[in-house]
Amino acid sequence: MLEFLESVMPAGPMAVFVFSIIPLMIILLYALFAIWMERKVAGHIQDRLGPMRVGGWHGWAQTIADLLKMIQKEDIVPAKADRFFFKMAPFIAFGASYGAFVAIPLSSGYIGSMIDVGVFYIVAITSLLSISIIMAGWASNNKWSLLGAMRTAAQTVSYEVPTIATILSVVLVTGTLNLMEVTELQSGNSFLGFLPNWMIFHSPFMVIAFVIFFVAVLAESHRVPFDLPESESELVGGYQTEYSGMRWGLFMLTEYADMLLLSLVTVTLFFGGWNSPFGPFLDGPFWGAFWMLLKGMIVVFVMMWLRWTLPRLRVDQLMNLCWKYLIPLSFVNLVLIALWEMIF
Amino acid sequence: MDLFAVVFYLFAILIIGSATLMVFSKNIVHSAFALMFTLGGLAVFYALLYAGFVAVTQLLVYVGGILVLILFGVMLTTQGYFEKVKTRTVNLVPATIFTAIVGVLLISVFVSTDWTLAPLRDGESTMTALGELLMTDFMLPFQVAGVLLLLAMIGAVLMASRTRTPKSPGSSYGSPVSSPDSPDSSSQSPDSSSAGEESHKT
Repeated sequence: MLEFLESVMPAGPMAVFVFSIIPLMIILLYALFAIWMERKVAGHIQDRLGPMRVGGWHGWAQTIADLLKMIQKEDIVPAKADRFFFKMAPFIAFGASYGAFVAIPLSSGYIGSMIDVGVFYIVAITSLLSISIIMAGWASNNKWSLLGAMRTAAQTVSYEVPTIATILSVVLVTGTLNLMEVTELQSGNSFLGFLPNWMIFHSPFMVIAFVIFFVAVLAESHRVPFDLPESESELVGGYQTEYSGMRWGLFMLTEYADMLLLSLVTVTLFFGGWNSPFGPFLDGPFWGAFWMLLKGMIVVFVMMWLRWTLPRLRVDQLMNLCWKYLIPLSFVNLVLIALWEMIF
Repeated sequence: MDLFAVVFYLFAILIIGSATLMVFSKNIVHSAFALMFTLGGLAVFYALLYAGFVAVTQLLVYVGGILVLILFGVMLTTQGYFEKVKTRTVNLVPATIFTAIVGVLLISVFVSTDWTLAPLRDGESTMTALGELLMTDFMLPFQVAGVLLLLAMIGAVLMASRTRTPKSPGSSYGSPVSSPDSPDSSSQSPDSSSAGEESHKT
C-alpha cells in the first residue's frame, strides 16, 4: 500500500502522510454513522423511531447537524480548573485511541506498521486513555469529574488483567503477536470442512476466552453496563462534566473510535479479521477491508444492543465480577487452551 | 538532518523538559503528569532503537500501570478532594551536596568513557528471540522474578485485608479499591482534614 502511494504521490513524506491518515478518515466517517446508528438502535429497542427529520431519509443528517452545532459552541474552561491539563486531556485521549490503529490490519493490503509486538502494543497504548481521563477528571476541579476519574483508574487497571490473559490464550495458539500474521493463520476452512478456520471455532475453550475478552473489552471501553466513569444518572457526566463544545466532541469521538478499535481487535483475534466467511469467495484486499469493517460494525451493533438492554453495575459488583470471576476463569482457561494445544 | 535526528531531538527536549518540571513542580499531581511525558518519551527512544518490546513494556508497565497507581494513590490520600497536594523543600543542604556528588560522578563517567556506537539493526524479530532466551538460558532469574512478584501480590492482599477488618466491620463494600465511592471514606475526610492541612501549611 505504501509503495503504491509512493509511486503515485510526487513526494515521499506526502505518501506517508496519506498512508497514515487513512484510519483517521475511516474513524471520522464511522463516528458520523455510528452516532446516528446508536440513536436508531436505541429508538427501535425502546419502540421509538429515533431521529426522523434532519436530511429527509430516516434523519440521516442528524449527526452532521449536531456536529455543526457543536463547532459553534463556546469553549468554556472553568475558572478554577487546571487550564493546561484541562485543555490537553481530550487530545491525549484521542491520540491514544488513534495510535492503536497502527497495529490493526484493515485488509490484507493495509496495516500501519508490521511491528512484531502488535497486539501487545495496542494494549499498552490504550492505557494512555485512562491516564487522559484521570487528567480530565482531575483538572476539571469538580467532584463528579474526580469521582469518574477514580472509577476509571480502578476499572481500567483491573480489567486489563483478564484482557491480557485472554489475548495471551489466542497468542498461545497463533504463536505470534502481529495481528496481520494472526489473521493470515485464520484463512481457509477448519478441520470440520464447513466452518471457517477462525479462532473462535478452534476449541470450546476459545468460546469461553471470547466471552471473557468481550466482557473485559466492554469494561475497558467504558460502555454500558460498565459505564461507571461517566454514569450520567449518578455522576452527572463523570469526567466530561465540565467539558463543552469541541473538546467534549473530541471525548465523544474518542469513545466511538475506541469502540471501533476494540471491535476490530475482537474481530481480528477471534473472527478471522479480513478473511471472507465464504473461503476464497469474495476475497482480496478490497473485499478484505469490506469484511473487516462489516464484522467490526456487527460487534459495534452488539455493544449498542447491550447498552440499551442491561442496567449499569454497581462499583462493588464491577470489582467482584473482575477479580472473583473473570480473572481466575481466564487463567484456568489459558491453561486449558495450552493443554488442548498440546494434545491435538 | 534526517527524520531520525528530528524525532530524537524533539523527544530529548520533551524528556528533559518534563523531567525538570516533574522535579521542580510544587503540585504532586502536576509532577505525576509530567512523569507521564518523561516515561512516554523514553518509550519513543526505545522504539527509535528498534527495541519494540522494551518500548511497549515501558508504556504498559510504567505509564499504564505504575503511573495510574501513583495518581490513584495521590488522589486517594489527599485530605479532601480540592486541597492541592503541595510539597515542601526539605533537607536543602544534604540534598544539594548529595546531588552535586552524583552529578560530578555521572559527568566524569560520561566524559571519561570511550563510547562506541553500534549500528542500528532493523527488521529482526526481537520478541521470539527474547522469549526463547527467557525460557532457556535465563529460566532461573525469570522464575525468581515471578515468585518475587507473587510474594509482593500476596503481601499487598494481606495488608489490604488486615487494615480493612477492624475499621468497618460488616461493611458490604468488598474491595478496598471501591472505597472512593463508599460513603464512609468520603464523608469523614473534608472537615476533619482541612484543619490539619492548614496547620500543616503554616
